[in-house]
Amino acid sequence: MSLFLKNALSYGVNKYLKQLPVIAFTPQKRYASSGSNDLKKTVLYDLHVELGGKMVDFAGWLMPVQYKNMGIGPSTNHTRTQCSLFDVSHMLQTKIHGKDRVKFMESLTVADVAGLAENSGTLSVFTNDNGGIEDDLIINNIADHLYVVSNAGCSDKDLANMQAQESKFKSQGLDVSVEVLRYGLIALQGPAMQKLLQTGVNFNLTDLPFMTTTEASVFGIPGCRVSRCGYTGEDGVEISVPSEYTEDLARKLLQLDGCEGAGLGARDALRLEAGLCLYGNDIDESTTPVEAMLTWTIGKRRKEEGGFPGADVILAQLKDAKSVTRKRRGFISSGPPARGGTKIYDASGEKEIGVLTSGVPSPTLKQNVSMGYISSTAAKFGTDVKFGIRNKLYDAKVTKMPFVPTNYYIPKK
Amino acid sequence: MINRSISSTNRLLGARVYAESHEWVLMNENTATVGISDHAQGMLGDVVFVDLPEVGDTAEAGNACATVESVKAASDIYAPVSGEIVEVNTALENEPSLINTSPLDNGWLFKVKVQDGEQLSELKSEDQYLATIEDE
Repeated sequence: MSLFLKNALSYGVNKYLKQLPVIAFTPQKRYASSGSNDLKKTVLYDLHVELGGKMVDFAGWLMPVQYKNMGIGPSTNHTRTQCSLFDVSHMLQTKIHGKDRVKFMESLTVADVAGLAENSGTLSVFTNDNGGIEDDLIINNIADHLYVVSNAGCSDKDLANMQAQESKFKSQGLDVSVEVLRYGLIALQGPAMQKLLQTGVNFNLTDLPFMTTTEASVFGIPGCRVSRCGYTGEDGVEISVPSEYTEDLARKLLQLDGCEGAGLGARDALRLEAGLCLYGNDIDESTTPVEAMLTWTIGKRRKEEGGFPGADVILAQLKDAKSVTRKRRGFISSGPPARGGTKIYDASGEKEIGVLTSGVPSPTLKQNVSMGYISSTAAKFGTDVKFGIRNKLYDAKVTKMPFVPTNYYIPKK
Repeated sequence: MINRSISSTNRLLGARVYAESHEWVLMNENTATVGISDHAQGMLGDVVFVDLPEVGDTAEAGNACATVESVKAASDIYAPVSGEIVEVNTALENEPSLINTSPLDNGWLFKVKVQDGEQLSELKSEDQYLATIEDE
């Protein structure tokens, strides 16, 4: 379960959901004004424009929400049936060096980094002293360093957080250094990925299970890191590639039969269908990993030992389940698509018991799927609730996630 | 039937006029048929749901009175003119994609009995409207 894909959406979806109607329905120039100069561009920006990408401000980056050849629904379906290429180069990639790197990362996150097998990765969260989630991230254990990927929308605070801790460690005579990796990052997602990518790599992709990583040459480009992860619920990889070769690689991948460019719109639908959180919407500084149903990211040893920010709050919640008053849950609803901000009521429609954090009319299921926080007393799967949308109540049901079964590459042992 | 009559009305009376917020209006005597422009449907993408006003509601020019939802977002539709809603396009309930496939005809949204014809003068001709979206 990687957050690579999700990261592109961090903060942004709220923002872009609000902005898109503006784009669609006001005739003003959206990016012609001074503000556009402040937006950052990934190394694939020109390619996005060439492919007819509708570029939007996402967490301070100009990113494609979709391309002109395919709507968001068809692009979502394409990813589920074939293969899509997503630019996730705006995400923060870092390498953590030094012999105290494991201790360093464990001082900031809930992950059992010491227990990570070589060349494997895990989803984790940076926490704060209140037990809230500062960001989610992927930590990979490489032979002599940790390779970390975190959200674009949180990159400034994540980097500040890591650098402050780096200084603290160094002042204590410990050995750690944080290196920002200015590489491109391309996600290739969908059931056809393995077949398509195999033609361009010199190792066997069947030897790279979900959440493992390897350095490789990809379509003749040396020095790439291929990680079997993504944020769509499908099989896929993310390829970290030297900036100067990122566009070359993207063009080669897009030439593969069945591979299409996909934007943030499809990515958001895909991750929601897969029940995956979007930082800034579904999780933030005020939600704990326990409330967010991300307890599984806390290693067993970490549950016993603590030692991460907010451990007292988080471990107390684990010890006393009744102290957790709200939980993140999935919902399927009738009526109009239910979006973030929609209020959740009990079956009588009288008592407010929660709020949605994101939602989408699922292109795969043709049903409205959403997630949000609901009172623990009403969180049982199958519970009937109501959604209040534009002053009307609609039926909804607490539903297990993922909404669409995941299709990760996990070989049977 | 309805759709055909609108098409013929269009031919008889000529032109739709447009609001800056991308709705079109087609007048037939004092009744305005309202929809969204081809440009707007293209920007929205595949429409999956339409929330229409109810017959008998009062629309006020410039106020939101319907919602069109695509996968990516919900977009308010603003009444280009004020008046009573006299008919809504119920075909959209089962087939919201009509807005994509036929934005100017079968994908019409609602009809308003216009109170103040002066409001129409604030709307743009098709040429004027198309000129504004070229700048986008």
